Amino acid sequence: MTKAYDRVLAARSADKISIQNLVAGITEDFMELHGDHAYGDDPAVYAGIGTIGGEPVTITSIQKGNNTDENIKRHFGSAEPDGYRKALRLMKQAEKFNRPIINLINTPGAYPGVDAEYKGQGYMIAQSIIQGLKLSVPYISVIVGEGGSGGALALAVGDTVWAFENSVYSILSPEGYATILWKDSSKAADAAEQMQLTPKDLLSNEIIDKIVPEVNDSESMQNFKNALIDKINELKKLPKEELLAKRHARYRKFN
Amino acid sequence: MSKNKEDLQALMDQIPDNLFVKCPICKENFYNKKLGIYKVCPNCGFGFRLGADERIKLTCDKFKPIDEDVVAPERFLNDKKYAGKLEKSKKVTNLNESVQTGIAKIGDQEFGLGVMDWRFIMGSLGTATGEKLARLFEKCTKKGLPVVVFSCSGGARMQEGIHSLMQMAKVSQAVSDHAAKGLLYISVLTDPTTGGVTASYAMEGDINLSEPHTLIGFAGRRVIEKTIQQRPPKDFQRAETLLKNGFLDAIIKRSDMKSVLAKLLAWN
Repeated sequence: MTKAYDRVLAARSADKISIQNLVAGITEDFMELHGDHAYGDDPAVYAGIGTIGGEPVTITSIQKGNNTDENIKRHFGSAEPDGYRKALRLMKQAEKFNRPIINLINTPGAYPGVDAEYKGQGYMIAQSIIQGLKLSVPYISVIVGEGGSGGALALAVGDTVWAFENSVYSILSPEGYATILWKDSSKAADAAEQMQLTPKDLLSNEIIDKIVPEVNDSESMQNFKNALIDKINELKKLPKEELLAKRHARYRKFN
Repeated sequence: MSKNKEDLQALMDQIPDNLFVKCPICKENFYNKKLGIYKVCPNCGFGFRLGADERIKLTCDKFKPIDEDVVAPERFLNDKKYAGKLEKSKKVTNLNESVQTGIAKIGDQEFGLGVMDWRFIMGSLGTATGEKLARLFEKCTKKGLPVVVFSCSGGARMQEGIHSLMQMAKVSQAVSDHAAKGLLYISVLTDPTTGGVTASYAMEGDINLSEPHTLIGFAGRRVIEKTIQQRPPKDFQRAETLLKNGFLDAIIKRSDMKSVLAKLLAWN
């Protein structure tokens, strides 16, 4: 087993803190808000408003289930177009009320289903990206477990992107990568090594800006919460033009 | 071999290959000359894949390429297999990346034109592809010109990993800045447009067009089959289905594309 693939397995581990527990840990009074106000309510996307350090924030997240039933409902943390539409709706609402946005991501990727295609999976991810990039409020994304491809990027185009110690962020799963490039999914561990998907690699490539120590007790939860509060305060001080100019530079540099 | 068989073989050897082509959509076989200059199936209207050079010729009256010096960054070339693929693609297409960009004219109407080429590693979105597209939008934002992009792509480029994913954000923000200046962007999704290209600039046009029977999707058919353990309907990722479901403004026959673009460019 290679080191990078260990990280993949740790990111997928059932022991990983659930997004719901994470949200409950960093907010005092979170209220879930449902639906995309257009068609449906994707349970894979968990979103709403809560206060953090006394300040209201909008949180949108993609979550796996805590058990098999939940996982089936949530497609193992794979969102459908309704889910991205819900997230975008709430992020735009956050902009309207000048609330910071925190996105927590644990998804193997957008859901590959027939209905998802009919309802415009590609279109909704595209819109989440192009509209998300221009939201004029502090926008922080955290890869908590798996950050799978466009389905993760849709919620990760803000001012800063963090990753948990045991997380990965990649263009597709190492299994998929090995299948496409080497026609052999059993070479996933080799693929993981080559894909530069670990937090350390991501940090050195400036894909992410910070590695967050794994949250697994009250102390690490408090530290995570404090880091978020500090970052929000820092971003809030910037005039909107500067906030957007800095964000623009963050994505323009990938050449 | 009998004399007759030998004669027959000799006669058959005189027949050039690829004289007959089979349409992948309607399965009709026909004489290749019937494809015509537009390379369209005479039976069902499906447009066979075009190289960027052929597409540019059919789409505009004048074309001046830009940013032809933009190539895949050195840091990726340690992967010898990938470096070899790049070299081969460059030879086949006479391009330095999977998209050709430039300033085009139909009549007097000037616009930015980007055309992806499927022969270049399946039109995949590499770092340099993204850079060329971002620069095209940025240049047209400055010059106040509309942009037309013909997408044709298997999606993000696996060999460049997460850097390829970042291109989706980089190009999208250039599209957004262009839009903020009140400028028109027409996206034409051609066969095939899938993955990260569908999930970014191909679906960000003011007007999204396609051609008959074009394959357009996000997830690959095989991935979907594996996930749902059944075969999706035959037409589920075709342009006609996307039109019905509300994601395309119109499906345009290839022979009409130039005049339709001219009309839309003049209106906006």
